Amino acid sequence: MSIKKTLVVIGNGMVGQHFLVNLVNNPIKEDYNIITFCEEPRAAYDRVHLSAFFSGKTAEDLSLVEPGFFEQHGITIYMGDKAAKICRDSKTVTSEKGHSIRYDKLVLATGSFPFVPPVPGHDRAQCLVYRTIEDLEAMQAAAKTGKVGVVVGGGLLGLEAANALKDLGLQTHVVEFAPRLMAVQLDDAGGAMLRTKIEALGVVVHTGKNTSLITDGEQCVNKMCFADGEELETDIVLFSAGIRPRDDIARDCALEVGPRGGIVINNQCQTSDPNIYAIGECALWNGMIYGLVAPGYAMARTVVADLAGNEASFTGADMSTKLKLMGVDVASIGDAHAKTPGALVYTYQNGDTAVYKRLVVSQDKKQLLGAVLVGDASGYGTLLQYCLNGIQLPENPDALILPSRSDESVGLGPDALPVSAQICSCYDVTKGEICKAIDAGCTSLDGLKSETKAATGCGGCAALLKSVLNSELAKQGYEVNTDLCEHFAYTRQDLYTLIRVEQIKTFADLLARYGKGKGCEICKPTVGSILASCWNDYILKTEHTPLQDTNDTYLANMQKDGTYSIVPRIAGGEISPDMLIALGQVGKKYKLYTKITGGQRVDLFGARVDQLPPIWKELIDAGFESGHAYGKSLRTVKSCVGSTWCRYGVDDSVGLAIELENRYKGLRSPHKIKFAVSGCTRECAEAQGKDVGIIATENGWNLYVCGNGGMKPRHADLFATGLDKATLIQYIDRFLSFYVRSADRLQRTSVWMENMEGGLDYLKSVVIEDKLGLCEQLEQQMQTVIDTYQCEWKTTIEDESKLKRFRHFVNSEQTDDNVVFVEERGQIRPADEQERKHFKLVEVA
Amino acid sequence: MSTWQSVCQLGDLQPDSGVCVLVSGLQIALFYMPQESTVYAISNYDPIGQANVLSRGIIGDIKGQPVVASPLYKQHFNLITGVCLEDETITLPVHPVRIEHGCVQISVKE
Ligand code: SRM
Ligand SMILES: Cc1cc2nc3c(=O)[nH]c(=O)nc-3n(C[C@H](O)[C@H](O)[C@H](O)COP(=O)(O)OP(=O)(O)OC[C@H]3O[C@@H](n4cnc5c(N)ncnc54)[C@H](O)[C@@H]3O)c2cc1C
Ligand code: SF4
Ligand code: FES
Repeated sequence: MSIKKTLVVIGNGMVGQHFLVNLVNNPIKEDYNIITFCEEPRAAYDRVHLSAFFSGKTAEDLSLVEPGFFEQHGITIYMGDKAAKICRDSKTVTSEKGHSIRYDKLVLATGSFPFVPPVPGHDRAQCLVYRTIEDLEAMQAAAKTGKVGVVVGGGLLGLEAANALKDLGLQTHVVEFAPRLMAVQLDDAGGAMLRTKIEALGVVVHTGKNTSLITDGEQCVNKMCFADGEELETDIVLFSAGIRPRDDIARDCALEVGPRGGIVINNQCQTSDPNIYAIGECALWNGMIYGLVAPGYAMARTVVADLAGNEASFTGADMSTKLKLMGVDVASIGDAHAKTPGALVYTYQNGDTAVYKRLVVSQDKKQLLGAVLVGDASGYGTLLQYCLNGIQLPENPDALILPSRSDESVGLGPDALPVSAQICSCYDVTKGEICKAIDAGCTSLDGLKSETKAATGCGGCAALLKSVLNSELAKQGYEVNTDLCEHFAYTRQDLYTLIRVEQIKTFADLLARYGKGKGCEICKPTVGSILASCWNDYILKTEHTPLQDTNDTYLANMQKDGTYSIVPRIAGGEISPDMLIALGQVGKKYKLYTKITGGQRVDLFGARVDQLPPIWKELIDAGFESGHAYGKSLRTVKSCVGSTWCRYGVDDSVGLAIELENRYKGLRSPHKIKFAVSGCTRECAEAQGKDVGIIATENGWNLYVCGNGGMKPRHADLFATGLDKATLIQYIDRFLSFYVRSADRLQRTSVWMENMEGGLDYLKSVVIEDKLGLCEQLEQQMQTVIDTYQCEWKTTIEDESKLKRFRHFVNSEQTDDNVVFVEERGQIRPADEQERKHFKLVEVA
Repeated sequence: MSTWQSVCQLGDLQPDSGVCVLVSGLQIALFYMPQESTVYAISNYDPIGQANVLSRGIIGDIKGQPVVASPLYKQHFNLITGVCLEDETITLPVHPVRIEHGCVQISVKE
């Protein structure tokens, strides 16, 4: 005979299930027989990631219930059975299928339903909502025959639904009653920026529109009529105009509900009947319905604690959100609308990159009250921590939203967070709990996730979790792992030495001796590059081909649409009219987009993979060679016109640039290498912004090293002065060989030198004074590379077996129909997604 | 219904690398690992980069799962399940493959 009490949960949605999981992990479960009513045909699933259903996730993938969960814990679930009535006098729940259960404690987790405005015609065919898997199946079915879809409601969910319609291939509109998108979270300017971004993706946005009627369409199934007299034809109407709590069952048994719905609860989540709790989206706490999962989870935990007799209370929740809507980052934190009296507002708006940021700060400028981010939400984690933990703001709060144009970092490192800081709001995990798990030996991200559950909900906190982990590990003196990847427990430098000393010639050999597994896209290209630096084989030799990055495998740079660009070498930037004409003819014949690059040469874009060999054949016949724009290798040696023509020129910069480019072309290295030679100190070739820069002076050549432009520009350092050409070349040979041998993967010369103990002085002592006694070897190694140079394109077009790869399909002559060009300023460019669907293809040769 | 279709010869495949075949209008990337005598077939379309390029990615393994890294933005896709390692909400279609008398055959659900 059981003396157990009975606990009934109505609703097995996200929150109901979270409640059950927490309950069975608590000893109090022993006191209860647990019964749950589940109206839907399946147990709880992840509604937050519902849209993933369209990218191939199945209902099983989305399930939140571990197999065997109910059986294992003796929970009775009445599937597909709706609780119809509660009788509080007899303490019974009766279901539609006729089950009648006497309860001691009752939990209402009935969630909410999508609000459908009572517009005439709202119940016509293909007028849908977006909440359950069945709703999505209905959308899929409707999209099969329809062409146009309209979402009513431009809030967070509406935009997510619009994205789904767009992905289903429909011409998509969003109709919003308010004057802006995401009216709850964003201000006018933020909403406008979001609108620009979303319209750029081909979704038409209509704001300030009030739908008055839905009726028969002429071209489409439906027609929407708006109060302002305008009309819009559409096949699908998807309502996403807000949610309403499912409180009927509570109303019917006279539990207190709010004036606009919602089952009223106290801080223990009890309704007006202390034996009945309400949690999740059906509950009204302090006049608020929380349409997010994290607050619902917090309520669920509160009820478990209350049942167990522990002190616990739900006292509201943070509604900050960060999400990607159609690829646009949007975030809203705290008091985004600056409703707090005296609040100060800072905004940053960049019309070019379509970024909008707004900070709401307390009157004394010490506390962050809220923020809005559109277009770039990278600061979300930091700002949220400032806001939630009341951390004092830096002196100029606007620094937090201005793009950082210097090295000064205003980010909030994980060290600055108090232990009480909540890192994961979905699972309420604090920094303290994370540190405790790390102390207990949990030192990997995956481990931390399964141990603490942090970052396993919406995932928004993953980056912050990782930085807490890294900073804690560093504090505990854990060695930072320098292994190249999981296949090699060695650094790039170690591998270089092993390959050279043991004369290893293939990846397979190296892997068999020093690695494990099959390799990956990190170690394969790294080893491919070292093998090329050491032995300079043809990189498309059968055993080397699989190692190369795509660009190297096809000896061309892949573009965003899968086509390639072609950059022939134009050493020193010097080119004869005939060669220019030849380039122009090829560009014209194959209808390629042509552009002068920043490296003083010409780039031809838009070649399909099967066009690369014929194009290169013509270029080679015209006297061109590969420009190695695809490789981590020497790129260009830029020149100024120099003493030949320039009235200030001191020496022949063009001549030297051509000689150097031909000397080092084809050299594979840890990262790309760029040179420049200027004919005088006016420096028109910008040599001080290059890995190797040379400037002519009255006394000879001055050599500069380790400069670069790019993401983090660095001025080159003066390395040696007044050199004759032979010495100059000797130093460069040694410098480059030493770089190739000792730099890390993807490390430019600047970072390599800065990380070197002793820095520039040490480098000088190795290259100039031969402190390591290496110089002869370094020169020899360079000579081998120079002696074995080949134009990879020439070798390739002469080898039938290599040309086989250059086909889009190995079993068909067809080409990729996803490659579509449109015309702009008289040349081709890749069509964007929308254009691809609508525009006609510009015929390509 | 699914049926086996011959799509190309074993010799058309590239050892430890990929090629693309056209099967009933679908672009399918085939990756050949000669050491395991295994061929994997996965959609050639990279939904993140939105281009038909996966056959040109580098293959290997991550934590024991065979993967291809997209040549565009380097996300990994499990060659057996099609799941994207960086974003598990994305799963690419995968197809059973077999070799019959030197001929590569794929079964595509119709
Ligand atoms: C074509 C070109 C832009 C142009 O139209 O002018 C270009 C195009 C690309 N650059 Fe560049 N860069 C080009 C000159 C530059 C320059 C200017 C220069 O060389 O004087 C710089 C700054 C100088 C420097 O590198 O120090 C430059 C700094 C970068 C960087 C940042 C490097 C850094 O250390 O921060 C990258 C990213 C990388 O390499 O990781 C990059 C990467 C790229 C890639 C490879 C990006 C990619 O992976 O697709 C682009 C390849 C396009 C293609 O298919 O050809 N590109 N890039 C220029 C080709 C020059 C050439 O003739 O080879
Ligand atoms: C597309 C979409 C995207 C979302 N994205 C996010 C997001 O990014 N972040 C976020 O925090 N939240 C998001 N949400 C909201 C989140 O899904 C909800 O907050 C969460 O599901 C609420 O959980 P719940 O258990 O209260 O309600 P539900 O998950 O709706 O569960 C309630 C369940 O109870 C059942 N039920 C109702 N009445 C009865 C009855 N009488 N008898 C038996 N069963 C009954 C219902 O059928 C339902 O299965 C999203 C929602 C949707 C639809
Ligand atoms: S600056 Fe950026 S976008 Fe422009 S070519 Fe270089 S890498 Fe490409
Ligand atoms: S905040 Fe959602 S998973 Fe951590």
